[in-house]
Amino acid sequence: MKYAFFPGCVSKGACPELYQSVMQVYPQLGIDLEEMATASCTGAGVLQEKDEKLGDVLNARTFALAEQRGLPIMTICSTCQGVMSQANHRLTTQPAYLQEVNGMLQEEGLSYRGNTTIKHFLWILLEDVGEDVLRQRITKPLTGLRAAPFYGCYIQRPTEALGFEEHPDRGKSLERIIEILGAEVVDFPGKTRCCGFPILTINKINSLSMVATHTQDAKSHGADIMVTPCPLCHLNLDGMQSQAANQHNTSINLPILHLPQLLGLAMGMEQKVLGLNRNLISATKALQKIGVG
Amino acid sequence: MQTTLRVRRYNPEDPEPKPFFEDYQLELDSSDSVLDGLIKVRETLDDSLTLRCSCRGAICGSCGMRINGHAALACKTKVVSIAASGETIEVEPMNNMPVIKDLVTDMAPFWEKIRQIQPWMRPAEPAPIAEYLAPPESMNHLAGVMSCIMCGVCVSDCTVLEVDNKFVGPAALAKAYRFVADPRDSTTTTRLEALNEPNGMWDCTRCMECIQVCPKGVGPMDRIMALRAKGLEEKVPSTCGSRHAEVFTDIIKHKGILDEPMLAIRTFGLKHVGRLLGMAPMVMQSVFKGKVPLSGPLHRPIASIQHIQRLFRRVRTKS
Repeated sequence: MKYAFFPGCVSKGACPELYQSVMQVYPQLGIDLEEMATASCTGAGVLQEKDEKLGDVLNARTFALAEQRGLPIMTICSTCQGVMSQANHRLTTQPAYLQEVNGMLQEEGLSYRGNTTIKHFLWILLEDVGEDVLRQRITKPLTGLRAAPFYGCYIQRPTEALGFEEHPDRGKSLERIIEILGAEVVDFPGKTRCCGFPILTINKINSLSMVATHTQDAKSHGADIMVTPCPLCHLNLDGMQSQAANQHNTSINLPILHLPQLLGLAMGMEQKVLGLNRNLISATKALQKIGVG
Repeated sequence: MQTTLRVRRYNPEDPEPKPFFEDYQLELDSSDSVLDGLIKVRETLDDSLTLRCSCRGAICGSCGMRINGHAALACKTKVVSIAASGETIEVEPMNNMPVIKDLVTDMAPFWEKIRQIQPWMRPAEPAPIAEYLAPPESMNHLAGVMSCIMCGVCVSDCTVLEVDNKFVGPAALAKAYRFVADPRDSTTTTRLEALNEPNGMWDCTRCMECIQVCPKGVGPMDRIMALRAKGLEEKVPSTCGSRHAEVFTDIIKHKGILDEPMLAIRTFGLKHVGRLLGMAPMVMQSVFKGKVPLSGPLHRPIASIQHIQRLFRRVRTKS
């Protein structure tokens, strides 16, 4: 199972612990990665506010680079995944548009034929690595840990572009992983809602209200930790949680883990190896409860 | 098929009014919609159940409600598409609007926001004797947004309205786009300036809930993004939202990947230095934890950045 690895800007920037943790876990899962060092940012939906076609051209270039290597793309960010899936959907369902975009790639010596698959690490774990292999790699099941899933909008909607018709289980994939790792799923209404990060610079009060609502809601449902496949959600839910708590005159202290961090813990890895010391809200107390890490 | 409809009830005339769930077990046909089920409940099991409906064909927009946690038109939602035989279907009134009784919500705040964006034509010329004329090719792109039936489903599931009822919301913004992009309207800039204000087009989170639930394919968030693009094109006064999009794009053009500290600094600028300083607690905690991204000259462009820059130029030229 070899993939063209698209780490995304945030795992190389403000969330280095995500990159660190995925680097620790992937070799033990039968996965081989070739990092796409020359790929550009997806635009994250922000560049698309200004010019959607420009975003599609940049992403078509990334898809063409992977296609040249004959590899599917692996992402580790819900936002990268969603933006790429949407771009790929537009390109592969509108032949005239693909031709127009290819016209712009031509002078770079590239052409995209529409054959690149883009998969989030979360989906790869279930669809490619498989439950059996995952279970074999778990040496420290997270028994007793109550984990709330938090997806990130872009890996939930729009379902048409994300292949939910072909893979209906993707909508519940995070819950499935939590169960496989031996933890208990804490279901709560906010798990597929917005973390507020996209409006942090625009309307901080609303952004922090979303952080407070979802983290408090998960806690009130009994969560010890929250786990997310999206580093942008992590930046808000972890990074802005203390400010969100202040805004709502409360304390929350819900540790937010990146998906590969939770996986690594169940694979018997130390907290520091997985970069958990870099999460702003410490998970140590929650993990001590179950004697892990 | 045997089905249980679990309906959230609320009667303001109860001595101590408070919402509660009531289960109705009934036999439904495979062709029945959730609305058919609710009507059957009202006709055969409980005539006090209150709901709003009319056309039963996804045209009137009356029967918006939440079904298994997401807003939808009850008449367009087939029971078999959401539940196997014996399973329970949860039905609640729409979110983000006051409940009058059971599944009936008060649409007054919804209409108030539609009125707020002035949903009528404002042409420069005096009104013609007959209809306003426009070539089909200038109007075709509006066919989708004109399909809106004002059901309120997108408003129900809007993640911003959940935390702030001052946000104008997806339905009103989609309607605003319908007039902003209409070639016969002469007040595009004025409209965009109004939408540029707080609680307007830049307050949307881009969560795509409205795209997912819209029963008519209007894609409200796509229209909001089109409004933002038009605002940037028309150079309406900059906001933190518009600068965020401009600076983000500029950084990608020069580096290929994001320079996060630079994005924050340039987005807020001197004008909003207080808001930049408001990020300080998080930045200081991050420094302490050793997770500060590189910025400025330390943040190197990706290899082959010249390819990215050529693509930027080519897209601009060819578009």
